[in-house]
Amino acid sequence: MAKLTFVGGIHPYDGKELSKDKPITELKAGSVCVFPLSQHIGAPAKPLVQKGDTVLRGQKIAEAGSFVSACIYSSVSGTVKAIEPRRVASGDEVMSIIIENDGQNTEVEYQPLDIQNATKEDILNCVKEAGIVGMGGAGFPTHVKLSPKDPDKIEYVIANCAECEPYLTSDYRRMIEEPEKLVNGLKIMLLLFDKAQGIIAVEDNKPDCIKILKDLTRNETRISVRALQTKYPQGGERSLIFATTGRKINSSMLPADVGCIVNNVDTITAIERAVLEGVPLMERIVTVTGDAVKDPRNYKVPTGMSYTEILEAAGGFKEQPEKIICGGPMMGNAIYSTDIPVTKTSTALLAFTKDEVAASEPGPCINCGRCLEVCPGRVMPSRLADAAEHFDEETFLELNGMECCECGCCSFICPAKRPLTQQIKSMRKIQLAKRKK
Amino acid sequence: MSAQYHVSSNPHVRSASSTSSIMMLVVIALLPAAGFGIYNFGARAALVLLVSIASAVLTEFLFGLYKKKMTITDLSAVVTGLLLGMNLPVTIPLWMAALGSVFAILVVKCLFGGLGQNFMNPALAARCFLVISFPKQMTDFISTGKGALDAYTGATPLALIKAGESVSVFDMIIGKTTGTIGETSMMAIVIGACILLLAGVIDLRIPGSYIVSFAIFATIFGGHGFEPAFLSAQLAGGGLMLGAFFMATDYVTRPITVKGQYVYGIFLGVMTGIFRFFGPGAEGVSFAIVLGNLLVPLIEKVTRPVPFGGKGGKKNGK
Repeated sequence: MAKLTFVGGIHPYDGKELSKDKPITELKAGSVCVFPLSQHIGAPAKPLVQKGDTVLRGQKIAEAGSFVSACIYSSVSGTVKAIEPRRVASGDEVMSIIIENDGQNTEVEYQPLDIQNATKEDILNCVKEAGIVGMGGAGFPTHVKLSPKDPDKIEYVIANCAECEPYLTSDYRRMIEEPEKLVNGLKIMLLLFDKAQGIIAVEDNKPDCIKILKDLTRNETRISVRALQTKYPQGGERSLIFATTGRKINSSMLPADVGCIVNNVDTITAIERAVLEGVPLMERIVTVTGDAVKDPRNYKVPTGMSYTEILEAAGGFKEQPEKIICGGPMMGNAIYSTDIPVTKTSTALLAFTKDEVAASEPGPCINCGRCLEVCPGRVMPSRLADAAEHFDEETFLELNGMECCECGCCSFICPAKRPLTQQIKSMRKIQLAKRKK
Repeated sequence: MSAQYHVSSNPHVRSASSTSSIMMLVVIALLPAAGFGIYNFGARAALVLLVSIASAVLTEFLFGLYKKKMTITDLSAVVTGLLLGMNLPVTIPLWMAALGSVFAILVVKCLFGGLGQNFMNPALAARCFLVISFPKQMTDFISTGKGALDAYTGATPLALIKAGESVSVFDMIIGKTTGTIGETSMMAIVIGACILLLAGVIDLRIPGSYIVSFAIFATIFGGHGFEPAFLSAQLAGGGLMLGAFFMATDYVTRPITVKGQYVYGIFLGVMTGIFRFFGPGAEGVSFAIVLGNLLVPLIEKVTRPVPFGGKGGKKNGK
């Protein structure tokens, strides 16, 4: 049988061997935690606490700002020190709640959902209240994803276990250590969609996960495990839907338009915890790795903890890094200082001794066409970047610039080392802002 | 604040291949054919190649000094010079080879904005310029097999066939015939082409559609029907192989779209056929490719790829 995959894509060095066999270690939060009010797509959350308030671990400290938004919970017990703008991984300053940790970890009492008697609304509400968002990086509020116009038209609920980003191993460890949580989470989602089949989609560079999950779902009639070709960006929503179902969506469609709901491993695990244990989203798995890190590992980290503290726990650097990245090397954000809080979407912290971008001087485009070949969106990156560089909006739109998914394949492959993705991204941002007007 | 780290937009990793590594591969892939040319035509062939490469690089160097932007390290001038040299007869006066290189680099490439901006293949444009300006010297081929010194003027296989004579197919495949320095040995060119194909520098879309469409055209309009000896002479006896694998595939001057590459290859095949069978000369590859170069923007315009999932609308919804 032909491998499940998509057209285009790249095979970068995956670096996963650095941290893949390191079990998840739990970290304790430091003395101060920072909770940005905007760690998801949509409206920022509204604070429920004031300076001087005492909070408990698991207490809701900010309420969803609108339907497309998410609640935020404190991962520590302590006192609210301030509500002020703080720098986050994207480089923006975001209004944040700063909590001084009293180290007691006094917790609220959690109320699990009575799953036997729960209605679909109860489950959705539980997911919404737990503040769950897409934890693969995008941060789209999960309850919105799970509330399509017509739930009966959903035919596939896909668990995105591709983990195609190089270096990341947090999803891999989840699947190895807590596969039953993933399967239970998927089952909970299937309760919402009566006509849907569950698909667990794993890249074939993780045969051990595929085996474990297959064994675990042997008696599940509604769940199947599929092996995907290992190729970046196999875990991109559009690529994944195409690889598993053969259906295509473009930039103006949602997965639900072709009967699909896609969620990442960590997100599904969070749903499981929220529903079965009543615990809201306040921790996640972060891979700390890269050639500059002394002891690459996977950590279970409370949200709000600073990267500086995580790095200290990882034994610091064995060599001075030149570049530090929040997230994967393909789509993550470079940060100039590690004084940045972990949010719901922080998949990894990478520290590299060499910055490949700075080491390669961009030259003129030689029209080799490699960017077209690798582009999963099937557009013409070199021409789009050219249009963006000259601020030629008309050409940019005519060449379907809005169909770019910003995966970074074009910049990776370009022999002239041109910053294609960056140029296209900036133009897309401008165009998206214009549409909103 | 603690240490400050590099910040840049994603992605943060880059592939290993670079412009100069690609150019280097092209040079390496040209070496078998160039080497055979030197073996076939003698030491003067090496001299012609050296002069054309050196003058190409020197022109680029001087232009770089003037522009205060040095570009010779990308090795593209070496490729242009080498390709031009391989497209010249061994008897060419050296100053003409140098003039061709200056024309290729200065007029065709640098004045249009340098690497990536030229709309014609520099080496081929220079060859066409030389053929038109100095038709006699550019078609002054010597027959080989006796060493360069006591060589006598001979006709290329294509010219012989056009005149109704026959040529040994085996000699043409090995390359023991006459012609320009680099075009005679089909074997050496195919070895080079395989290097480029295996390294992923080129693919078979353009060479394949070019050669196949030319073969079909030759069968229908060549006047010999489906005659293996005639066809193989047409395929192996002239500049077709060198042109199809090394010049029609030139990144800058071929369409970037996949469909467009097939259209372009077929166009080249047909034009080469027209020039060879209906034109006054025996050759047609250079002019066909240069003409094809001019059509590239049009071909690209009508062969734009369809984005994944179709064209998106302005707003959400279908």
